[in-house]
Amino acid sequence: MSSPIALHWLPELPDPTAAFHALRDTADPRARLERILAIAQHQLDFVQVGKLDRQLERTLAELPEPADFQPVRLAWLGSSTLEHLLPGARIACLRRRLLLHSYLAPYGQYRQELLDPGSALARWRPDVAVLCLDHEHGLVDPGIGATRDEVVAAVGRRVDELRQIWRLASEQLGCAVIHETTPILAPALFGSFDRAAAGSPVAVQARLDHAIAEAAAADRVALLDLATWSSRLGSDTWFDPVRWHQAKQLVAPPLAPLWGDLLARVIAALRGRSQKCLVLDLDNTLWGGVVGDDGVERLVIGQGSAAGEAFAAFQRYARQLEERGIVLAVCSKNERAIAESAFTSHPDMVLRLDDFAVFVANWKDKATNLRQIAETLNIGLDALVFFDDNPAERALVRAELPMVAVPEVPEDPAHFSRVLADAGYFEAVSFTADDLARARQYQDSGRRQQAFESATDMNAFLSALAMRLQIGEVDAQSLARVTQLINKTNQFNVTTRRYTEPALRGFASDPSSIALHFRLADRFGDNGLIAVVLARADSAAQLAIDSFLMSCRVLGRGVELAIMNEIVERARARGVREITGEYIPTARNALVADLFARLGFTQRGPGAGGGTSWTLAVDGYAPHAHFIRTGEST
Amino acid sequence: MTDTEIYQALEGVFRDIFDEPIELKPETSAADVPEWTSFNHVNLVVASETRFGVRFSTGDIEALKNVGDLVALIKAKLAKQRK
Repeated sequence: MSSPIALHWLPELPDPTAAFHALRDTADPRARLERILAIAQHQLDFVQVGKLDRQLERTLAELPEPADFQPVRLAWLGSSTLEHLLPGARIACLRRRLLLHSYLAPYGQYRQELLDPGSALARWRPDVAVLCLDHEHGLVDPGIGATRDEVVAAVGRRVDELRQIWRLASEQLGCAVIHETTPILAPALFGSFDRAAAGSPVAVQARLDHAIAEAAAADRVALLDLATWSSRLGSDTWFDPVRWHQAKQLVAPPLAPLWGDLLARVIAALRGRSQKCLVLDLDNTLWGGVVGDDGVERLVIGQGSAAGEAFAAFQRYARQLEERGIVLAVCSKNERAIAESAFTSHPDMVLRLDDFAVFVANWKDKATNLRQIAETLNIGLDALVFFDDNPAERALVRAELPMVAVPEVPEDPAHFSRVLADAGYFEAVSFTADDLARARQYQDSGRRQQAFESATDMNAFLSALAMRLQIGEVDAQSLARVTQLINKTNQFNVTTRRYTEPALRGFASDPSSIALHFRLADRFGDNGLIAVVLARADSAAQLAIDSFLMSCRVLGRGVELAIMNEIVERARARGVREITGEYIPTARNALVADLFARLGFTQRGPGAGGGTSWTLAVDGYAPHAHFIRTGEST
Repeated sequence: MTDTEIYQALEGVFRDIFDEPIELKPETSAADVPEWTSFNHVNLVVASETRFGVRFSTGDIEALKNVGDLVALIKAKLAKQRK
């Protein structure tokens, strides 16, 4: 389900039953805690959150102060039932490596507890207090006939009371205060006119909300803005009158996981643990299409198509985040010069090169590049949010760098901004002139030093991807797609020879030649037809590779190694002794300048168009190691 | 759904809430399950609503005495939906 209620920015838990069984059966508490943390990074409903929280409770009984987790002592001051919100809050805090300890003030007695310096609450010494007042308790009722001035006065009195409570909490308890805003739940009296009638419950509540927000900003009280979230998802979703009358629950239980996350992100923000930097992929993330293959002029961005508009809107959102102090960075698999040209030469691009503090476009794995980005900016990896449309890249980063926040990215760019916003990574409790200046500072320091080396050992990740390569002849069925790939692939393409469908059909029908297409699937799904190899027989013993091209989407996974093994095996079966290859450089295919060397070929001299010419002895060929299962396509 | 199917599905719901398998009989009530507190009762009601795609009224909930009542209520709600 794609809804904030399901925490839709988090990945789905692949097999909940198995995950919870494995969790329950883990004897070592530290190992169990790590498992709980891993499960907490997934979508969970309120029943699952409850189960996970019980395992957390069990684990903390054995391991009260685990290293690498920061304790938070939170006092819950409420006028209605809050107990059902505790599991969601604990799990959401854990998601941020915060261990939430709670003190639940007796139902509706927060005022007495605050006033008494010897109360159980005062002795418990919270470091944060959250004040949750329900719509009936916090009611201001100047009467339906009240004038505007009377309403303003009544609201003012109520705000003064609240400020006194805030002051008591912060002074008596010495803790930070979070105030939950109250959704408008009053049934309409007039209808839409409620908003205009000064004394109507709807208008009074709206005025009160506004006054509370202003007072909170002045008093440095953080807000948990349930009112805005309530209008976002609908108060009928948040609030269930049956549950209210049955158990005095203001927030309906199914909303508890989301509510917990909203609370946890405010607590994290109070601790200065919100993320600081948004790292963006480029192709199909900031625009539609692949700049290296399609060319700048054919990118989908800006007016002219719905998708182009959606990508532009996402870029505008990123720019707004930058303006409020979030650092932007790029992490893309691309030739740097080509990637940059998209920003310098496309007229509809919203973001510009100087919006990014760090711009990384190369062919290294993204975990390595993210480390480099964090180092360049001198911030922790846990300050990064990595936004990339490619699920394999997201999985790699989650596996290699679990401290980096990696939201799910919806298929449709129209939803990008909303999902990123819903995740709440950049939650703040204040906004200052420093924030305004920050992005600029990082940009300057980032540009000064951008060198990238070092690679990660990714064998474990590649193995876990469970890749399957299907090999098929270029035939009538695949002809159209193969032709398309041949004609649009610019980067991983050794000769960049283009073919029409009839020419390709002719090539493939020659029994002495080899014309193969390759499809790659992995545990995330089917990547489709991703590579093509064409080779012709120069003589019975010699095979010349005419074309070798692959989609950039699957780079860095060893696919080319598996393909080469396959070619050699087929060549050997035909009695071929030598395979030759050539690299013809273009403006875009520097990526494969050393492909034949990597595949085990020996350079035999210069080639056409300033390129190089290569040879491989079939007898001496040692198959490359890779992590891909291969099979014939059926 | 037959009674047996409802009982089976309910056992799944109970297992999720109480973390252990509980054999449900019509006469099973809160008195038989130590963890069946008023807090967990609300969770049971909400989880059952979600599982069966039904909504119980305040009156429905107050009238529930045991699992047999709950099954009968779910069955009645499901039958109403079909109409």
